[in-house]
Amino acid sequence: MPVIFTSAYLTRVASVARQHLAVLTLAVLTPAVVTPAAAAPDPKDWPQVLQQARGQTVYFNAWGGEARTNAYINWAAEQVAGEYGVALQHVKLSDSSQAVSRVLAEKQAGNTDNGAIDLLWLNGENFASMQSNNLLFGPWAESLPNFQWVDADNNPDMRQDFTVAVNGYESPWLRAHLVFFYDTMLIEQPPGTILELLPWAREHPGEFTYPRPPDFLGTTFLKQALLELTDYSSALYSPVDDSNFDTVTAPLWRYLDQLHPLLLRRGRTFPASGAGMRRLMSDGETALAFSFSPSEAPIAVANGELPETIRSYTLNGGTLANVSFVAIPFNAANKAGAMVVANFLLSPEAQHRAQDPDFLGGTSVLAVTTLSADWQQRMRQTRRHPAAPSPDDLDRRLAEPHPSWIPALEQAWLTRYSQP
Amino acid sequence: MAGPVVLGLLMVILPAFGYLPAVGREEFSTLPWRDLFSAPGIHRSALLSLVSGLVTPIIALTIVMLFLAGISGSKFDRLIRRLVSPLLAIPHAAAAFGLAFLIAPSGFIARLVSPVLSGWQRPPDLFIINDPLGLTMMAGLVTKEIPFLLLMALAALPQLDPGRRVMMARSLGYRPVLAWLFTVAPALYPMIRLPLFAVIAFASSVVDVAIILGPGLPATLSVRILGWFSDPDLSLRLMASAGAILQVIISLTAIACWLLLEKVVGHLWRYWTARGQRRRFNGLLLISGRIGMTVTVMLLSASVSVLAINAFAGPWRFPASLPASWTWQHWANTASNLVTPVANTLLISITATAIALVLVLATLENEQRHGKSRFTALWLLYMPLLVPQVAFIFGLVVFTETMTWQPGTWLVVVGHCVFVIPYVFLTLSEAFRRLDPRWVHMARSLGASPNRIFWRIRLPILLGTALTASAIGVAVSVGQFLPTQLLGAGRVPTVTTEAVALASGGSRNVIAVWALLQSLIPAAGFILALTIPRLLWRKRRAMQESA
Repeated sequence: MPVIFTSAYLTRVASVARQHLAVLTLAVLTPAVVTPAAAAPDPKDWPQVLQQARGQTVYFNAWGGEARTNAYINWAAEQVAGEYGVALQHVKLSDSSQAVSRVLAEKQAGNTDNGAIDLLWLNGENFASMQSNNLLFGPWAESLPNFQWVDADNNPDMRQDFTVAVNGYESPWLRAHLVFFYDTMLIEQPPGTILELLPWAREHPGEFTYPRPPDFLGTTFLKQALLELTDYSSALYSPVDDSNFDTVTAPLWRYLDQLHPLLLRRGRTFPASGAGMRRLMSDGETALAFSFSPSEAPIAVANGELPETIRSYTLNGGTLANVSFVAIPFNAANKAGAMVVANFLLSPEAQHRAQDPDFLGGTSVLAVTTLSADWQQRMRQTRRHPAAPSPDDLDRRLAEPHPSWIPALEQAWLTRYSQP
Repeated sequence: MAGPVVLGLLMVILPAFGYLPAVGREEFSTLPWRDLFSAPGIHRSALLSLVSGLVTPIIALTIVMLFLAGISGSKFDRLIRRLVSPLLAIPHAAAAFGLAFLIAPSGFIARLVSPVLSGWQRPPDLFIINDPLGLTMMAGLVTKEIPFLLLMALAALPQLDPGRRVMMARSLGYRPVLAWLFTVAPALYPMIRLPLFAVIAFASSVVDVAIILGPGLPATLSVRILGWFSDPDLSLRLMASAGAILQVIISLTAIACWLLLEKVVGHLWRYWTARGQRRRFNGLLLISGRIGMTVTVMLLSASVSVLAINAFAGPWRFPASLPASWTWQHWANTASNLVTPVANTLLISITATAIALVLVLATLENEQRHGKSRFTALWLLYMPLLVPQVAFIFGLVVFTETMTWQPGTWLVVVGHCVFVIPYVFLTLSEAFRRLDPRWVHMARSLGASPNRIFWRIRLPILLGTALTASAIGVAVSVGQFLPTQLLGAGRVPTVTTEAVALASGGSRNVIAVWALLQSLIPAAGFILALTIPRLLWRKRRAMQESA
């Protein structure tokens, strides 16, 4: 393939196209009025950030697949409008890759200061990838006044996202934990560990399945299993290239080879996503499932989607846990406003509501002991839905492996199991 | 329109050969292709897409033709004709979702027969949907493409004057179905050929139906491409772009196979006709057409019905035949944020369709006045239907960003036009070109100007087809997700962007509510397209027939 398109050629094509299409632009579109973007604010000068933020519209790109999360963001919008004069708009995504695509296209087109996305809900592999491709703005997160409440010095996961240093390029929002849930009508004793899952599945064939990798929840299941099964779990916290992948993962494949015939449809097909797995449970096809959100089962019970007999728990050896963050794209047009919103999301007020099962039922990222006595009491008094896991369960946390393990595990899984 | 299409394509081709500066790749190589062909199960994925692109149109076309051949103006026929449009208005994903719930081991049919007839207290562990051969997926596609082809055929038929053709053949002793197949079908086929190509391209590249009903291990090529484009690892986009080009090749291969098939069937047809066979198989053909169409309509109607049940269902556990309670809750949750999406959807779909209609009519009229096709970029027009949207839209966004056009409603309208225009064109063009020239000759001999001929002769005669084309345009526009989301930067919520976002949460009730909402606007469009000519021409019988 001879190299025909050099980048100089491309620039020329673009400029010729621009001239030709200028006419079309005038004819078809009202000429774009490019508002000069404000200079990037200095995160350390908070009063100036607040001042610059006033009157800005912040486009918050966040997953919009769940009514309560959407309602929560709506509520936050009302609060920041009243308190800071920031108009918060929720851009509902079905997948954060849509936002990443947009930022990437803007970068490709040379839009460096007037991007359409101001704030983005992400973590883990997406963060590592955007960060390494210089698609994020920062550092800013540790300058937020409310960052002090997370007590990052004693909670290293506030500064490390899947082992990757955050360096102030994203601000923590909520905690997530791998939580299993089961139907007490169908199962007396659910498996307490990954190892126990195998004899359990022998007794209950077809009662369990997991989303097929590369769905992130399916890959999460692989990571959880691998952490428990391998003799080299510490290797998972360095890049995958630093260790012998085959040796580290051999026990996982041996385990899955035995498990798959015991799964729903004998492991010949898997649900496409976590939502698909929950629907199978709601239809009574399976009796055990899992989620990365401790509030998923309680919400589904409240909606009538799952029966009242559902209970949640975490595995005995500890459960994969991570923090989800909000980040600002490198070219966001309203960075000051985005910081104000991120700061509000970290406030005791917002975090308390996020924890309340009537609203979000999530797990706060705040270190309760750092708060005022009044807030400490209110945070501790949060009720718990019967289908939600106990706080003690959620405290047994396993850190997320290095993100490079994700594609490696996915590739290996697909190679082994993607032939019918 | 060519500008965005070319740049959209360029932004697919360059990354496929390793060039994507935004992720730091500036050297050309064939590595993306090597990665693509070493992806596990890739050959099977490609084969699945190709087979689906051929089997779907073959079955759909056969059923439509046999049904039309057997049409006799009975109540059943009229019922089907009336149901076609509303059924066409249901988005593919919604129909597939309904079908999945209908036939799954824990689905509606299983619930109806359980536990009394089947003895099932729990759903049986049967492998029905997501089967590795993609049979359920193809069944879902066939049922959804039949109404489309039927509507296209019904829009084209009046021009062919089928009644007189059949009458002539019957006077020579042919049984009715054979008479139709020998005299009308060969004339009808060229007129629905473009829509058929659209069906082939669609069936070989569809994403949403394939995710819901199609195989998972491995999935079809289109689904895997979407997965690579959505992967957090941005370097996979290079391989994904190569995959997008492979997808185009697969769709074109399917079309090429079809052209070959056309030749073979054409020969067989002539052989069959020449044998002078007048009676044999008439009954069998009649019955197969009826059965095929009945099954299709029943499956689709049942899929919609189970969606409707789910939209009002309280808790509904297997094996109960119906929900334990009924509720308005799912609708109440929706009502509060409905106004903006519905208003946006109406504005965008009507504007985009109006633009498309004007452009297409102008192109076709121009072609008539200035002789043979001057529109050489025709293949370019159809490119957006062949190239996977996710790859193409990325290029489109790069293009609009390079132009520093602000994301917003008007940009979304332009983006929709890229996808609406080809459908309006393929619905309208053959009818326009094949309009009996004697009408125009007569008008000209009476001294009418070309403009007058267009407004007083062509447009009124083609009104029905033009309205059908518009209704299709509206339906296509309403269904657009990625162009709306990416070109509007998510700032222009429509019924479909809301539906897709909420569908990712997986609640069947919520999905059902939004699927029904999504169907309403196109359904209204189709109903208007059918009603307007009837009202306008209510005093002209011949015009009514043509509508």
